[in-house]
Order: sequence, then C-alpha cells, then structure tokens
Amino acid sequence: MSATALAEAPHETRYETIRIADPSPRETKISAQDVHVYYGAKEALHHVSIDIPAKSVTAFIGPSGCGKSTFLRCFNRMNDTIDGCRVVGRLDMDGEDLNDHRQDVVLLRARVGMVFQKPNPFPKSIYDNIAYGPRIHGVARSKSDLDAIVEHSLTRAGLWQEVKDRLQEPGTGLSGGQQQRLCIARAIAVSPEVILMDEPCSALDPIATARVEELIRELRENYTIIIVTHSMSQAQRVSDRTAYFHLGYLVEEGPTESIFNDPQEKRTKDYITGVFG
Amino acid sequence: MAITSPDSAISGGFGTSNRDLIARRLAARHRSERMFRAVGLGAILLGISLVGILFGSILSKGIPAFTQATFHLDVAFDPEVLRIPERPQKAADQSVAEFNQELLSWQRRLRTANWNRLIQEAIAAKIPAAADNARDAIGLVASNERVKLWEMVEDNPAIMGTTQPVSLIASANVDVWLKGNIDRTLEQRYQQLSALQQQWSDALYEEGVISMDFSTVLFTNVDSRSSPATAGLLGAIVGSVMMMAIVMVVAVPIGVMAAIYLEEFAPKNRLTDFIEVNINNLAAVPSIVFGLLGAAVFINFLGLPLSAPLVGGLVLSLMTLPTVIIASRASLRAVPPSIRQAALGVGASPTQAMFHHTLPLAVPGMLTGAIIGVAQALGETAPLLLIGMNAFVASVPSTPLDQSSALPVQIYLWQGNELRNFFEARTSAAIIVLLAVMISLNALAIVLRHRFERRW
Repeated sequence: MSATALAEAPHETRYETIRIADPSPRETKISAQDVHVYYGAKEALHHVSIDIPAKSVTAFIGPSGCGKSTFLRCFNRMNDTIDGCRVVGRLDMDGEDLNDHRQDVVLLRARVGMVFQKPNPFPKSIYDNIAYGPRIHGVARSKSDLDAIVEHSLTRAGLWQEVKDRLQEPGTGLSGGQQQRLCIARAIAVSPEVILMDEPCSALDPIATARVEELIRELRENYTIIIVTHSMSQAQRVSDRTAYFHLGYLVEEGPTESIFNDPQEKRTKDYITGVFG
Repeated sequence: MAITSPDSAISGGFGTSNRDLIARRLAARHRSERMFRAVGLGAILLGISLVGILFGSILSKGIPAFTQATFHLDVAFDPEVLRIPERPQKAADQSVAEFNQELLSWQRRLRTANWNRLIQEAIAAKIPAAADNARDAIGLVASNERVKLWEMVEDNPAIMGTTQPVSLIASANVDVWLKGNIDRTLEQRYQQLSALQQQWSDALYEEGVISMDFSTVLFTNVDSRSSPATAGLLGAIVGSVMMMAIVMVVAVPIGVMAAIYLEEFAPKNRLTDFIEVNINNLAAVPSIVFGLLGAAVFINFLGLPLSAPLVGGLVLSLMTLPTVIIASRASLRAVPPSIRQAALGVGASPTQAMFHHTLPLAVPGMLTGAIIGVAQALGETAPLLLIGMNAFVASVPSTPLDQSSALPVQIYLWQGNELRNFFEARTSAAIIVLLAVMISLNALAIVLRHRFERRW
C-alpha cells in the first residue's frame, strides 16, 4: 500500500501492529497501551501499544512526521509543555501510569532523562551543567558528593578525560559532539532509569556520532534507552529492538535484526530499503 | 513573454537574442539599483544633518548659558549703614522660647537692613559716579544676591565692620548686554539697561570686576521669577530624579513579573490574547491621556497632592509599563526554547526553569528595555502638565509628596518666560542637562548589557 493510499484510508480503520517477539524475552520496563496523541483536533498518533524492555536500546524509526518524536515525548510528559497537545492512554512504568494526571512530572523527569536533537548545554560551566540536576533534586549531601557525581557522570559519558582540567569553563565552548556527550552526562547525573534520545546524532559529524553510539551501547548495561533516529544504519548498530512508525501508526516492531532482515510489512520494507521516506 | 516568444527565437538564435534582451534591460536595472541606494543614503544623510542641526543649535545656544556675568566686589560691611544690633546671646536666666523669639527678631532685622546700599558702595568704589545713582547701581546685581550678604553676617557676625571679597551674580540684563544677546544699536527706549548701566557694565567688564564665571547657580538654585539671573534647575532635577526612582521601583518589577507570567505561565487563550492586544495598544496611547487618568485617579480619587513627584512618578510608571512588558516579553522569547527544554528535561519545575535558566539569559534585554522606558519617562512632559507639575515651584522637594517641578516641565516653563533674550540660552542649557542625563542613562544600559552578557 502506498503512502497516499494510507493517508486516504477511512479514519476508523485500525491498523494492527505486527509484533515479533524477542527470542530471549526481557523484563518489560514501560508498557504503552493504546496511546493516542492529539494536537488540537488532529490525531497525530493512533492507538500505539508497545512494550519497552528494560536495560536495552529500543529504536523508533520512520519517515519525518510519522509521530516517533511525539511518542518519545510521552515517556517524560514533555508533550505537556506543548500548547494544545493531549495524550490519551496508559503508559505503565513499573506498574505506575506515567500519563496519570496525578503523576508528578518533576519526579518523573528525574526518573526518565532526555537528550535532545540539538546539543543544548546550559550557558554555564561544565561542572554546573552536570551539577544542576542533582542540586535541584537535592540528592548530593555535600560538595564532595556533588564532585563525585560530576566525575562519575562525565566518566560514564566518556568525557571526563577531555574536560577534567577545565570544569569551570563554559559548556557551550565544547565541540558539538562533546556538547552532546555533556548533555548525556547531565541526564545520567540524576541517575534516571530510562534515557530518551531524540535524534541525538543528527547535528553531529560521523566521528562524533561514532563516539555517541559507542556510549549508547555502553549505557545499555544500566539504563533503558529509547532512541529516535533517522539513520537506519544507526538503528541497526545500536538498538536491540526497533519500532517502525508510519503516519501516526506503529506499523511493526520487533528485534532489530528481524526488522531489518525480514520485514513483515511492505511499508517497513519500502522504508528500510529506501523506496520512500 | 518576449524572451520565450517564437519571434526572438527566429531573429538570430535563442542564446544571442536572450543575451541582448537581458543586456538592454540591464542598464535600467542598474540605474534603479543606484537610485535606490542614493535615496537610502540621502535619507540617512538628511536624518544625520537634521540631528546635527538640532544638536548644533541647542549646543550653540545653551553652552554660553553655562557661564554667567558675575561681579567680584569688595563689600564693606559697614555697621553705620546696616545698623544691626549684636547677635543675641542666650542669657542664663532666659527660657529657650524667649531666646528663640529674640533670635528671630534679630534675623528679621538682618533681612530688612539696607544691603542695597552696601552693594551700591562696593560698585561706587570702582565707579565713583555710582555713588549718586543708587537705582542704576543696584540694578546691575541680581536682586536675590542680597541674600548672600545677610547669610554671610548670619553665619559669622564677626565680619561686621570688615571688608570681604564677595562674588555676586549680575542681573540678567547685564548678562544679556555683555554677551551681545541684545542689539546694542537699538534706540535707548527699547533697551533694558539705562545708558549709565550700559556704560558701567562695559567698564567693569573690561576692568575684570565683572567676569564670565561658570554658572553654579544653574545647578544649586531653584527657579526664580523675581531674579531670573539666579534661576536654576535644582528643584527640577531633584523632582525628576524622584520620579525616575518611582518609575524604576513601580514599573520595572510589575512589568517584568507581568511579562514572565504572560510569556511562561499563562495559558494561551482568548483572554490572554485580549490582554496582549491591549498591552500593545496601551503602548500607543498618547501620553497626555495617562495624565488625565492620573489626575482622575491619583488626585481626585485618592486625594494625593497636586504637583507631587509621587503622582508624577505613578503616572509615568503607568505610561512606561507597556514598554517594559513588551521589551521583557521579547527578550524572554529570544531565549532559545532548547534551554528551557533542557532544564525541564532534567526535572526542573517550570518556575525553576524560569528563574535558573530563562530569566538570567533574558536579563540584559529586559534591562535595556527598562532603562529605555525610564529614559522615555524622564523626557515626558504632557502628562505632568495635567497633574499640576507646570506650577511655578521655587523650592527643592524633600519628599515625593512635596510640590516640585521636573526637568522637561522646567524647559517648557523657561521657554515661555517673557525675558526672552536671557531665557532662550537658559532653556537650551536645561535641554543640554536633560539630554546629558538621558545619554548617560542609555550608556548605563549599554554597560550593564555588556557586563551581564559577558558572564556567559
């Protein structure tokens, strides 16, 4: 079915997502159940249901405007900050509904960190960039605690060796790739359970991209990572599972290997082989 | 279109004819380009020359007013002329009230002594003819300057019987005569000085008894009608400073808070749209309307006094508020949303994201807006006229509730003064003072902006 045919399809039609189970099933960290997202009257995301496995990397792929970033922002309620955006459905993390209006978003965002498309360090020192989260959440009891958190986070982000002698210099003075790793370190500093990454490498050159990808693979040991990417090869390199979105529908999801080697849906196949997208 | 028409294709090939067509129009295109540039350049030159003329005329008129004809006389405090009793001393058996009463009557006696005679004698020491022409001699010195003499005695009664060097401001007419601001060839009946006074003034100026000194009275005295030569700006400056302080204290915090709330926290709906439109409209409301509002609300309804800097400051705050809100919102909006997202992303509450990240980045812009708003308020005249600040006030306000003048209003009043040839220069001098305050405020805005920006 072509893209236009899908767009013209009657609204009531429910496209069932094709799901391929993991050969070695993991524990589920977040379970989205029948999530719809509306921008005003327009429905941008239709009945998406997916289980995100813990301590692994899940990639969301799909053409521009397919709703993958919108879906990503549901996990830390960043959609709340967009005027007219409404999220319906359940998003269970450890049995708690993230989308419940009683859910405290400040606490949620401490548990679910985010790395944005463009590196966005605060216009402050490298140290303060990392220390900001722990400070506002009050997790560091003393200056030495805070120092330890900063060192640990920068080490995890593979940046410590490069910046340890200039922690007081502005974070905005680093190169693009370093800035993005700084942003990852900043997210790690509040010890989240989940890290969301919205096209984290789209503004970086290939070498910086390689460093960040390496970092993502390392972080998988301890964190649940969800990454939105435009690069099919990146999804293949870093992710364990891949979900393909198309025009607001979750078309297919499964182990990365099977999605790329043996797509079940024609649309998925067209996209990953470059027929459209 | 001609270029693609078959005709041009037939007449000598597509490429050549296209080139010709383009080349033919090229001259006209270049000409219109040059013309546009010339017009733009002309507009800028015209603007610059108009500003140059404005500044040139103000400076050339105003700078001479910063110096003023001043007498340097040796005044003999002659006890025979003054006939002032000894300054009362408090006797042991005297009550305080009795002593004060005695002191007051001594001061009254001091004030009514014949000080003019002293001045006349001092001038006569230089020009003997002045001894027989009291009116002409006394008329050379600004009438308020007698005060200086009795204050000297009041401060130090021991100078009675001695001769002291004293500087006295010459009358406005002498100043005008010596500076050439009046046509010397005019017939005597049109002149402000008598023939004798003219002659004496010239002689004394040549001798150096009268010299052009820096006019400190311009900054240390209040306005005066009876003695125009000693009229100064102190009351107006203090009044304006008080009003600016009130504007800063009232308009800036309210404006910034309103901007933060509207930009960051208020829901976007009909009501906030309506508020936004109205804030923009308020910025365009003629300032005199704010004066009417102030007269109705602050004076009639709240019963605050007329001509008070407090009322003036509040009216100007209302007028400045939209400017501050608009500038603050613009600078908040200029902060990249990615910074806000980053803060929210690590779990900052919206208020924390605002105060820790967005606001510090917006401060330089807000500051510039606020200072420009305050500078605008400083120069505003129309609303002040409606709350009675155009009254003649010859005192320095000590609280914002006292009657006061303000710099722009003082300019307006002096511009209308009937002693034209003296006050024309005085008015320009007052304009220079006002402009100097404004330019330094704007310079402050630039300095602060740089300092805050350098921190990141």
